[in-house]
Amino acid sequence: MNALPFAFSWYRIGAMVLRYVYVLRSSWPRIIELAYWPTVQMILWGFITQFFVTTSTWLAQASGALLAAVLLWDVLFRGQLGVSVVFFEELYSRNLGHLFASPLRPYELIFALLTISFIRTVIGVGAAACLAIPFYHYSIFSLGLPLLAFFMNLLVLGWSIGLVICALVLRYGLGAESFAWAAIFAVAPVSGIYYPITVLPEWLQSVAYLLPSSHVFEGMRAVLFEQTFRLDLFLHAVVLNMAYLALGIATFLYAFRTARRRGLLLSMGE
Amino acid sequence: MASPSPTHALEVHQLTKHYADVVALDAVSFKVSAGIVCGLLGGNGAGKTTTIALLLGLLTPSAGEIRILGHDIKRDRYAALSRMNFSSPYVDLPQRLTVAQNLRVYARLYGVKDIRDRLGVLGEELDISRFMTRRYGSLSAGQKTRVALAKALLNEPELLLLDEPTASLDPDSADRIRVYLKHYQQRTSATVLLASHNMPEVERICDDVIMLRSGRVVDRGTPQSLIARYGRQNMEQVFLDIARRAERRTAAQGRSTA
Repeated sequence: MNALPFAFSWYRIGAMVLRYVYVLRSSWPRIIELAYWPTVQMILWGFITQFFVTTSTWLAQASGALLAAVLLWDVLFRGQLGVSVVFFEELYSRNLGHLFASPLRPYELIFALLTISFIRTVIGVGAAACLAIPFYHYSIFSLGLPLLAFFMNLLVLGWSIGLVICALVLRYGLGAESFAWAAIFAVAPVSGIYYPITVLPEWLQSVAYLLPSSHVFEGMRAVLFEQTFRLDLFLHAVVLNMAYLALGIATFLYAFRTARRRGLLLSMGE
Repeated sequence: MASPSPTHALEVHQLTKHYADVVALDAVSFKVSAGIVCGLLGGNGAGKTTTIALLLGLLTPSAGEIRILGHDIKRDRYAALSRMNFSSPYVDLPQRLTVAQNLRVYARLYGVKDIRDRLGVLGEELDISRFMTRRYGSLSAGQKTRVALAKALLNEPELLLLDEPTASLDPDSADRIRVYLKHYQQRTSATVLLASHNMPEVERICDDVIMLRSGRVVDRGTPQSLIARYGRQNMEQVFLDIARRAERRTAAQGRSTA
């Protein structure tokens, strides 16, 4: 038995991942729901692309730009939901007391949440990406290795936002759960998902470049329009993500400590 | 590192918990010998659930110290947690998971080695085998209580904290659980801290009793010694005596102030 303060057990993390897989498996509507919204978005933007590609010279250069953008945006959104909504399960079932009275460390729970978020995002966005091939003859996989860089950077930003939302819910209760559905949309306008960052007012461009997502979408357009992988954008996104993830984890752990002090772990979900 | 094997399973010193200006627990001190069943009694709001939450580390104390099985839980909480477990009606298990899935997840969290065997044994002993494949949320209150107890016994805890373990059971099931708990405690020499409002239960299975009122320990002893000291017939009367004595004292203080 390891009694170190920062002991880390893959076995316990595996137990929590198993718990979330059981929840996912227990309901087929949940599995369908994972792929439903990304697919609906993909279909909508596919038709928009078909319309604009005949009228826009910009889009005609890279007709997959909007479809790639919507699929990558869903990586960010699903990544965040995969952390926060799964954490809410513990509150709905009033299970936090059992979990934190067991040898499970809060950071092991975080690791399990990130793992299940990865699984859910791959299922949800993967299904939509695969359906785009027969529907619109567009494969996001044609981006090649840069796709992996974009995917991971957006997923990590989604995790960071998800952890902050979990912290808010730990602190303020389930009344704050609506942030899980709304918070990410504050990031959308300045991320340059469907348009270059240069479209934004100058002062807002500075804000945009504080977000890893804006570097990712700029990088995506560089690959699609210039056939260039911009290493500078990638590295900026990685550095920012490391900072945001550290902030997300620290915020969650702080909220956990506060919940222990205020006795919120036993009353959550009531 | 060898685990400490103290004479006392539980040592609480000057334990205090307050929320803003509300004092939930006021400098409580007690020790519980290893290998006994100790009752933690008191009316609603006396501080029983707060004490249990503090022992589990679900709450952090405002002041005071706790040692569990020799571990100072401020520094060594997780070492203690792997050797203890609990069951409480205030905490639930995931409703959508089956009984077996719930128990498998918690068995892994507690590092249980032969999970299949352990589930088989607990299924037999607590008579839950026949609904292992049913969703926890679909069970009756009594069945849920037995499953929660199975979860609490997964790691064969050396210290078992039970909050109202028979509250929602019919008399027959409650009796079986009491017999089982006593048998488990004798077989494993585990220490059990039992918070209960069921005085016949306390009389029957507790070796020692701690009485709490308004966040303080107001009396302590074996059920027989308490009954004798208060000149009563049973623990129910002792409980009422202590609770109503407090009410009378408060009323008298009110009159003298007026």
